[in-house]
Amino acid sequence: MDPMEAIKITFFQECEEQLAELESGLLLMEAGEADGEVINAVFRAVHSIKGGAGAFGLDDLVRFAHVFETALDEVRTGRLAPDPQTVLKPMLRAADVLADLVRVARDGGTVDEARVLQIAEELKLASPVAAEAPGEDMSEIVFGFAPPPFLGDEPDGIAAMIGVPWAIHFKPKAELYANANEAGLILRELGHLGEIALTLDTTALPPLESMDPEGAYLAWDIVLTTERAESDIHDVFEFVDGDCELSIEAKIAGDRPSESADPTSVEPPLDVMALIRRVQGGAESAPEMPASPEVAPPVIVAQAAEPAAAKAPARAESAVSSAGGSTIRVDLDRVDRLIDLVGELVINQAMLSQRVMEAGIAGASAIGMGLDELEQLSREIQDSVMAIRAQPVKSVFQRMPRLAREVAAMTGKQVRLVTDGEGTEVDKTVIERLADPLTHMIRNAIDHGLETPADRIASGKHPEGVVRLSAGHRSGRIVIEISDDGAGINRAKVREIAIKKGLIAAETILSEEEIDNLIFLPGFSTAAEVSDISGRGVGMDVVKRSIQALGGRISISSRPGKGSTFVLSLPLTLAVLDGMVVSLGEQTMVVPLTSIVETLQPKAAAVHALGDSRVIAVRDTFVPLIDVGQILGYRAEMLKPGDGVVLLIEADGGARAALLVEAIQGQRQVVIKSLEANYRHVPGIAAATILGDGRVALILDVDAVVAVSRTGEPTSLEPQFQMMA
Amino acid sequence: MTDLNSASGPNRELVAFRIGAQEFCVDITAVREIRGWTKTTALPRAPAYVSGVVNLRGAVLPIVDLALRLGSVSTEPNERHVIIVTQIGTQIVGLLVDAVSDIITVTNSDVQPTPDVASEMVKSFVQGILAIDGRMISLIAMDHVLPELQLEAA
Repeated sequence: MDPMEAIKITFFQECEEQLAELESGLLLMEAGEADGEVINAVFRAVHSIKGGAGAFGLDDLVRFAHVFETALDEVRTGRLAPDPQTVLKPMLRAADVLADLVRVARDGGTVDEARVLQIAEELKLASPVAAEAPGEDMSEIVFGFAPPPFLGDEPDGIAAMIGVPWAIHFKPKAELYANANEAGLILRELGHLGEIALTLDTTALPPLESMDPEGAYLAWDIVLTTERAESDIHDVFEFVDGDCELSIEAKIAGDRPSESADPTSVEPPLDVMALIRRVQGGAESAPEMPASPEVAPPVIVAQAAEPAAAKAPARAESAVSSAGGSTIRVDLDRVDRLIDLVGELVINQAMLSQRVMEAGIAGASAIGMGLDELEQLSREIQDSVMAIRAQPVKSVFQRMPRLAREVAAMTGKQVRLVTDGEGTEVDKTVIERLADPLTHMIRNAIDHGLETPADRIASGKHPEGVVRLSAGHRSGRIVIEISDDGAGINRAKVREIAIKKGLIAAETILSEEEIDNLIFLPGFSTAAEVSDISGRGVGMDVVKRSIQALGGRISISSRPGKGSTFVLSLPLTLAVLDGMVVSLGEQTMVVPLTSIVETLQPKAAAVHALGDSRVIAVRDTFVPLIDVGQILGYRAEMLKPGDGVVLLIEADGGARAALLVEAIQGQRQVVIKSLEANYRHVPGIAAATILGDGRVALILDVDAVVAVSRTGEPTSLEPQFQMMA
Repeated sequence: MTDLNSASGPNRELVAFRIGAQEFCVDITAVREIRGWTKTTALPRAPAYVSGVVNLRGAVLPIVDLALRLGSVSTEPNERHVIIVTQIGTQIVGLLVDAVSDIITVTNSDVQPTPDVASEMVKSFVQGILAIDGRMISLIAMDHVLPELQLEAA
């Protein structure tokens, strides 16, 4: 890959992290829980984005980040009190704009220029001091490498926000370098005063063969936009006074840079780079120059003057390595390959154990004990490898405060989003596929769940509604709860809509729980009018399906006037599954342990015929009995209850059913293998796995089997699922 | 090895195998490996010619009983049967046959058009006929062996 591109990708990855840091820091500040370290971290985040953006010539980003940074600096130095309303609200919005600008810089597209300007104005209003007296710490600010918009077509736009422009012509003489001064440092110093645009004038540059290595040939035309006085600019050149040609002129307001810069000297930055390469005689380091573009122009001078110095590559390396810290970025494919291999290892180890047992070697023998250790080790390796893929849910949760702000603004509701358990770790794929359903559910909670401030006050609640998003581990699964303190589900209305849309018959008698679950039906949307936010007709059914696709379950509980709670229960990983290994005739199958409530040995007397179907009595309740072997077509005749074992399972929506199988072989963790890769989706089967004897076993899709048993005919399995596929 | 090198077209290598008394062949480039038969895990409600799935070094490999697919009678498979692991599109599929008999090198001009017989199965799965040493070998059109699988892969 083009090294510049690779660095850019890293930059954007880091931007994401910085933005996350920024937002969480600001939220802490808003809550009044921030100490100096947090404020510094927030400042650093914006500062790093600005620095990196400058290196890539992302000027819109640089300019906005600069305004943001200036305001943050006011807070950091204590000149501005971090008031939640007047300061932090605009800053949170600014963080959203900054994120938008980063995204636009990365993926293309446009930003709402008016909004950017408006937010920038808000920031300036929030920190009035900043406009007049920039803080001392501004010296840290790096400047962008020749940002073209100052020379080009940019309308007044964001540029107009900062200071006045100065045109500076700077041509060092050989004496400047001889006196151990460096043009680059001066330029950098200049950059600390404000936004700077450099144009390198190389017209005096002789051909390489006639070049004096100690000579001075380069000149710069600089457009400096600063709030500082002219004397401050002169001060920068104090030490080189007389060793250079220098002119400093204030540019008249409205005199946009395109007129002021000498047209002959305007060269796009890339040409300058090409020139540098020529000067350096095609040095290998040339492509690495962009890695530290903020220091690139100075270094060029240094190298032209003292060819032995090769600072650029060194700086580039240190920049990259310092970004890494104690973590490394690894291609996901490599991790997945490792996970696959470890899966094989575990299977192989299980096969070996089985063979040894079959060979009649005692478990207490040296071989047996060695195998035990091997088993433990392979389990540990497997867990560790899985842990590589695990990530805190923070990355998804972090997107939600912004969403909540936006939805609140659109609906005119007041919302406080409380998140909890962001550190809970779960497989990366699960996290990625969680973002959409969660987004939808948070939207729903605010749009449909919460009442308007007026309604809330009328019912004696605080006008600000609370939406709570929490995550935690519970018995080997991750449980995510989204709850609101709104009005709760309007069951009468839900029922009415379901009847109107033909989802249920008018005379159907439903429990409260069943009514609540109606909202998961395809085509159900409670919004009377289709709103921009959550009522697009694709509603909770899509959420439910995507959660189920992850092997998860969703349930809802609601209390009128008190609010609703959605509970998502998801597997920690998609690669392994705890299962109950059962026999179905000659076949061996795996039933996911998470859906099994209990197992029992049925007595023939407990089984009753009900129409064509059978039900089994489990402690005074009757549960449909499903003969798995028959429903899957492995066996034509029904299994007699006395000949089998019953697994009491809970399918989604909390519906219970009893699965009748021949025998239970045991319980084990299995590695999930795709059937679709080489075959296709099989109705009633979730996936496959490989057992200790090396044979393939199928993993039962409990929900599908239960759903099919409800429709009555086992043969309906096929068409129904092909339709869904 | 039977070499029928002629001037017309590049050489093409084919793997020939037996099903019952008939001989068939497939292009060698589609063949990944040949392995002995192992017991399959039956798939619920699968077509009769899909005899199940087996473990191919960690991957789940579906097995197609080619005899049934071609409309003849299958015998109960045992250790003497062979599975030809073939690549069809992006999928890997095992073909259950009686035995692999030969690897033959031919050119495209050696492939004769399929004689007009009544069998629909033959019409759709047999791409052409080869006459080699007095034997008749049918070239199988792999794309057509598993129409449904193809559909799924698309």
